Amino acid sequence: MIELERLRKEFRAPGGRTTLAVDDVSLTVQRSETVVIVGESGSGKTTLTRLLLGLLRPTSGTVRINGVDLATSSGADMKRLRREMQVVFQDPYSSMNPKLRVVDIVAEPLVTHEPKARGRAGRAWREARVDELLSAVGLEPGAARRYPHEFSGGQRQRISIARALALNPSIVVLDEPTSALDVSVQAQVLDLLAALKRELGLTYVFVTHNLAVASQIADRVAVMKDGAVVEIGPAGTLFEQPQHEYTRTLLDAVPVPDPSRSRLRAARSRVAR
Amino acid sequence: MTTVLSIEKLSVDFELGTETVHAVRDVSLDLAEGETLAIVGESGSGKTATALSILQLNPVPPAVYRSGTIRFGAHDLLALPEARLRAIRGNDIAMIFQDPMTSLNPLKKVGRQIGETLQLHRDVSRRDTRSAVVEALAQAGVPRPDERAEQYPHELSGGLRQRAMIAMALVTRPKVLIADEPTTALDVTVQAQILELLVQLQDRHGMAIVLITHDLGVVADVADRIAVMRSGEIVEEQPCEPLFAAPQHEYTRSLLAATPRLAGASEGA
Ligand SMILES: Nc1ncnc2c1ncn2[C@@H]1O[C@H](COP(=O)(O)OP(=O)(O)OP(=O)(O)O)[C@@H](O)[C@H]1O
Ligand SMILES: Nc1ncnc2c1ncn2[C@@H]1O[C@H](COP(=O)(O)OP(=O)(O)OP(=O)(O)O)[C@@H](O)[C@H]1O
Ligand SMILES: [Mg+2]
Ligand SMILES: [Mg+2]
Repeated sequence: MIELERLRKEFRAPGGRTTLAVDDVSLTVQRSETVVIVGESGSGKTTLTRLLLGLLRPTSGTVRINGVDLATSSGADMKRLRREMQVVFQDPYSSMNPKLRVVDIVAEPLVTHEPKARGRAGRAWREARVDELLSAVGLEPGAARRYPHEFSGGQRQRISIARALALNPSIVVLDEPTSALDVSVQAQVLDLLAALKRELGLTYVFVTHNLAVASQIADRVAVMKDGAVVEIGPAGTLFEQPQHEYTRTLLDAVPVPDPSRSRLRAARSRVAR
Repeated sequence: MTTVLSIEKLSVDFELGTETVHAVRDVSLDLAEGETLAIVGESGSGKTATALSILQLNPVPPAVYRSGTIRFGAHDLLALPEARLRAIRGNDIAMIFQDPMTSLNPLKKVGRQIGETLQLHRDVSRRDTRSAVVEALAQAGVPRPDERAEQYPHELSGGLRQRAMIAMALVTRPKVLIADEPTTALDVTVQAQILELLVQLQDRHGMAIVLITHDLGVVADVADRIAVMRSGEIVEEQPCEPLFAAPQHEYTRSLLAATPRLAGASEGA
């Protein structure tokens, strides 16, 4: 479904300095598979997702979605792909037009791609669909009439998720979609994603720093460091028998929700004594 | 221990024409020198609105400070005029915002922004500013800090932006740090490094921290006390160990039960 081949992305600053954000990454994602990308902050996870969405042009390498090479695809192909691929950005607020009400933000992809959602005639259908989506992510129907700046961080994240799911896409790219959610809402959102995958066969590329979330939803996990995928494998295997040193370091640093097992706390009380 | 900050019976509404959101309802909280108070709870429960009230940073309108006082030293922060608050913000009380882009200016290099914060509140030379900025970025776990200082926010990853903001908040060595989800964009190793830095600043300089987070692992690492919020109210407040060992409120119990754990998840799958 998604084929990334020897992808590289260099950012060149005006001063001449270059950052190699993605360094020779090859990765395939099957239909109905959930691939979770974890790894170092600044290792190229967001850049990789932007390359696969066609929002950035790779320095070299190819991106193929359903066999279509993004670099050489026709306008019609791209239009179809834009409908099929949806995204939840790492910073949801900056991807929302602050002048639009939530109902119009969530309906944006519907209006763009679905004739029956347009204009006056489409209004009832559109609003019903938006209500359904908002309640699926745990927001009250009244939210539809408000503006994005009138919401908490986690509420905005959910608006962004609702928008991404509006069109029943076949691929959804989610960049840290639950980082501002409390654990109950997070569980609700993860259940929703799992249900859609079961019912509609969705494919997810999911970026997160939360390894517990990764282990819960991933079919496969890819670990990134310094622009490269250093390890990839089924979630169970990777978390139980990590091969790469960096994966072990990460697993070792996950904080445990139990103060009696906190290393930092223990070290601090030793010093205090 | 001396109390540095004391919120008493704070209520904040957002008036949205057709409806009024009671975002904060009668919240009282005390913060002692060198202490970390964690605020956890439901998304939309008023954690950020409470934190922003401390420096009067909620947007007015639609925000209305209905009632309450926020004592800091001899001042009631809720009654202080804007000019007086400006001298306190980023100086005695610094803030790490939930959304880094609200505090970073997209048009200025991050190093310059951090330097300006320092120069606004401290009498430092240009050369000393430059080295303090690089030092602050390095402490916040930014690799190649001298190069990063020369970049614009959009050239940084989500987690680098968050670390730039942490550096900006800490560069003046504030007495009180209000950190709203400060590590959400960080991998767990960098997160651990930041938590160690915060703890160090507390132990050395007595900095007090209000830490808002959804990550109960982080709470277990650094919190002295925990307040649990739901629908604008504090439903439970306890020191860290007893809260985890014997949560009193039904909602706290459900939060702890719903926390995904690494080992459990892989066993279940
Ligand atoms: N537009 C840009 N211009 C210059 N450099 C960039 C740009 N976008 C990203 N970079 C750099 O590319 C590298 C990878 O960034 P990216 O955002 O992909 O990281 P990430 O893995 O998503 O990190 P995080 O977990 O912190 O969000 C970083 O060094 C970043 O500073
Ligand atoms: N500027 C605003 N205008 C109107 N309503 C607002 C505004 N900011 C917040 N609210 C509302 O006030 C309530 C409390 O929001 P707040 O941002 O404090 O939540 P939070 O506990 O920080 O949630 P999260 O964990 O999702 O960040 C929410 O119902 C939110 O929709
Ligand atoms: Mg990122
Ligand atoms: Mg918040």
